[in-house]
Amino acid sequence: MTESTLPAALAEIRDDFLALEQRERLEMLLEFSNELPELPERYQEHPDLFERVVECQSPVFIFVELDGDTVHLYATAPKEAPTTRGFASILVQGIDGLTVDEVLGIPDDFPNTLGLTQAVSPLRIRGMTALLGRTKRQIRERLTT
Amino acid sequence: MTVETDPSEKFTGYAHPERLVSGDWLEAHLGRPGLVVVESDEDVLLYETGHIPGSVKIDWHTDLNDPVERDYIDGAGFAALVGGKGISRDSTVVIYGDKNNWWAAYALWVFTLFGHDDVRLLDGGRDKWIAEGRPITTDRPAPDAVDYPVVERHDAEIRAFKDDVLAHLGHPLIDVRSPEEYSGERTTAPAYPEEGALRAGHIPSAANVPWAKAAADDGTFKPVAELDAIYRDGAGLAEGEPVIAYCRIGERSSHTWFVLTHLLGFENVRNYDGSWTEWGSAVRVPIVTGSEPGAVPSR
Repeated sequence: MTESTLPAALAEIRDDFLALEQRERLEMLLEFSNELPELPERYQEHPDLFERVVECQSPVFIFVELDGDTVHLYATAPKEAPTTRGFASILVQGIDGLTVDEVLGIPDDFPNTLGLTQAVSPLRIRGMTALLGRTKRQIRERLTT
Repeated sequence: MTVETDPSEKFTGYAHPERLVSGDWLEAHLGRPGLVVVESDEDVLLYETGHIPGSVKIDWHTDLNDPVERDYIDGAGFAALVGGKGISRDSTVVIYGDKNNWWAAYALWVFTLFGHDDVRLLDGGRDKWIAEGRPITTDRPAPDAVDYPVVERHDAEIRAFKDDVLAHLGHPLIDVRSPEEYSGERTTAPAYPEEGALRAGHIPSAANVPWAKAAADDGTFKPVAELDAIYRDGAGLAEGEPVIAYCRIGERSSHTWFVLTHLLGFENVRNYDGSWTEWGSAVRVPIVTGSEPGAVPSR
């Protein structure tokens, strides 16, 4: 059983959101959206590796890479879906480089703690919860194969 | 002050051509006194990535829905919302948005609940405007707030509740969801999150006409002859009979409500916004599964 603790990078992102007024939180989400890293070249030609997160309203695809015990998360989402891109970007930036145990220990309700339920709506936040859940599931699958 | 309507030939066949404007018309009229352009999208951040210059944003969920009850905001809330966006009671409001104006039509329907007289859609919505290389900006306008009167919502004419639907059985119902939701294979649109309906299927006797059938490939509304073929010939709608449209939460069916009311001229069309998330969880309401409409239950 992995202990549920929020890694420092994600805790910092959460605290940054919570320090802002509602409208500024949306602007910060947009900044994350604009910062979603491009896929590394080796994955750009491999859409087959990526899993669609069907719980999100817009097409978003994720792929987890394990480098020993280190987790790398890659995600793509269209520019026309900035909210979904923002969610993906928070997780990609907050998770990249963490250990397997650290990622599996991220509380499942982390997306609900960002202070975005009012500005974005709980319905939309579900997409981010699904992103996190599928990321963890991919890690567990990689560990058993 | 109401702005003149768009005389485009494409709109002349519709029952209420004044309810649509083209990109050419809107670009030529931007900044005209009395005109307020509103963007309304599914994605709550899309407006922030770029919007029509001078346009204001209204979000279906965070602005138009009551934050506590499952209902729309009240007259005071609506007055504060739109007055704050510089919309007065006699403004010409042109709404546009993503996904073939799906959410724009929903916002238009809510404006109609409050009896706002002159509210129109930009034919083709956001995607077409951008595809045509028309101006987009990230500058956020700072409209002066104006007084909008507190007008209580008038739900009866265009909004149906569950009991209204039960009483309506035997008259035409249009289920605008995907065939998979209609048949009961699933309770949510393909690729959409689970929104909690306990049973799957459709309301007995409802015809399945997915909302997007009314849109052409470029997101504009299809010409009236094609719409007639879909709704009159295909779904059997006829003048004089009341119609109720529904989907999952009433957004996609707002699009169909717009088509039936403003483009085809049906006079008694209501949108059941409780839709499948209510009907599919309600106790002791009749449901039909499979791809056939099914019979009206005897009462």
